[in-house]
Amino acid sequence: MKRAGWNAVGVAVFLVMVFPVFWMVSTAFKPDSQVISLTPTWIPLHPTLSHFTAALDKPYFWRDVLNSLIVVGVTVAASIVVALLAALALARYRFTGREVFIVLVIGIQMLPQIGLIIPLYVVLAQYHLVNTLTGVILTEMTFVLPFCVWTLRGFLVGLPKELEEAGLVDGSTRLGVFVKILLPLMAPGLVATSIFAFITVWNEYIFARLLLNDQRKQTLTIWLSYFSGTSRHTDWGALMAASTLTAIPVVVFFLLVQRKIAFGLTAGAVKA
Amino acid sequence: MASAAETQPFRSRRRRRFRERALTGSTPFLLIVPLLVVMATILGYPLYWLFRLSTQQYGLFQLIAHHGTSVGLKNFSSVLHDQVFWHTLVRTVVFTAVNVGLTMGLGLLIALLLTKLSAWVRVLLSSGLVLVWAMPVVVAVQVWYWMTNFQNGVLNYVLTQLHLGNFDQHDWYATTTSQLGMVTLLIVWGALPFVAITLYAGLAQVPRDLVEAAEVDGARPWRVFRDITLPILRPILLILTSLSIIWDFGVFTQPYLLIGQSKITPGNYLMSVYLWEEGYFKTDFGRGAAISILMLFIVALLSVAYVRRMVRIGREVA
Repeated sequence: MKRAGWNAVGVAVFLVMVFPVFWMVSTAFKPDSQVISLTPTWIPLHPTLSHFTAALDKPYFWRDVLNSLIVVGVTVAASIVVALLAALALARYRFTGREVFIVLVIGIQMLPQIGLIIPLYVVLAQYHLVNTLTGVILTEMTFVLPFCVWTLRGFLVGLPKELEEAGLVDGSTRLGVFVKILLPLMAPGLVATSIFAFITVWNEYIFARLLLNDQRKQTLTIWLSYFSGTSRHTDWGALMAASTLTAIPVVVFFLLVQRKIAFGLTAGAVKA
Repeated sequence: MASAAETQPFRSRRRRRFRERALTGSTPFLLIVPLLVVMATILGYPLYWLFRLSTQQYGLFQLIAHHGTSVGLKNFSSVLHDQVFWHTLVRTVVFTAVNVGLTMGLGLLIALLLTKLSAWVRVLLSSGLVLVWAMPVVVAVQVWYWMTNFQNGVLNYVLTQLHLGNFDQHDWYATTTSQLGMVTLLIVWGALPFVAITLYAGLAQVPRDLVEAAEVDGARPWRVFRDITLPILRPILLILTSLSIIWDFGVFTQPYLLIGQSKITPGNYLMSVYLWEEGYFKTDFGRGAAISILMLFIVALLSVAYVRRMVRIGREVA
């Protein structure tokens, strides 16, 4: 086949893949008459923001945004600090039990979340942490922590060891080398890992659904999943506006870090 | 006095060096201690409880009383004698096979397609893929729900317009096969970008001159693909396939939300939904724990190859 033919196929695949995203945004801006019409309007020529105001006026939207931000902020900050230390150990030292440690870090990420809901629920109930953001933060860390360790390790391995050795020869302490040399070099890796952890926690559904029953305490993902509710008459325009709003921060951040981190899961298999 | 002044810096330097060496020896352990403590608390302790619960009668009453009654292996035998468990297992295996097959097959095709495109189409398509990749799962579910609803979903309209039949008011959530088919579409759509882009990056490793030499020797495209491209791609294909198997076997959010709780029945359970309904929703935590252990065991078996490979990568120290 000629290049033009392949290009046509490429554009077709693009259109099919992107259509759901386009359809979400397009519906969000359409007036109601066009949304419910049996003959679809492809592009809203008279866009309206009414669905967005309707979505924002839904109860608990801002509250749940705040909840999401709290859960994400605390989870990511705590995970990054703890994970950075462990990643340093993995990337710079040989020590007894290292192999077992790596197996744990990778193995835990492979566990299906759903397999842990029962004991997590029972244990958290014993400490009265069901229906609290603290409980959710603790459960989110089970997967975010190993992920951060593994990703940060990848970034650390990529940094030349000679710089640190030079620092040590010049008489700095290990801590001094870490703060003055390694940390600045790690900055891009730390930012990328934090953003990716942010996305993971922002999107997380299972644990948040398991633990948060009170609408005032839910995260935005749960808020969105209950949006259409049980009613037969879903407000599709508002639902798509709400979906767009939930997706925007994730999409923006993802586009920022995708190139840096996409290969974490297959690290080593693909030499980027 | 002079000699004391001379030895002083020497001794302190030696002490410092000694201290440093001791620190280096224990440093890696000190560095991983915080992680170990946190993981032991948030994962180790619950896992201990998972095994404990699996041998107990533990329902809502016991949850409130903070005390279960030991029943030995009754929970396991109850699950293993449950027809629903075995039907769910078979359904989940078939579902996983279909999803992984479609994801890997289409992902490979898109990756190969990317190598054939002009620069501008390649940028267009890969940007589109990244956009899809970025979509949160719960958002994607809502969009799917809207596109496939029977009253005014765009899917029915398009299929009817393409003269593929009359899909007016067609309900895609009426039968189990159709429900799981919609879930499959959603999952494959969401998983394709990661697989396609990773494979495309892998294809960049295929040496150009090797392919050209083969073409000069008169090898057909299929031979080139089978004898040159595929062997180089093999490790990446293996990793992606095992990851997909693990993920699709344990997938919960898409089936649970897209089918919708009111339409979830034992007839359309996938393993994770079965666990959610039987363990959490019916607050039978003891039995739920038994199901969890069986499920974790299956996933652990599926993960062995992947974890092994990653450990080999993790061995390197810079």
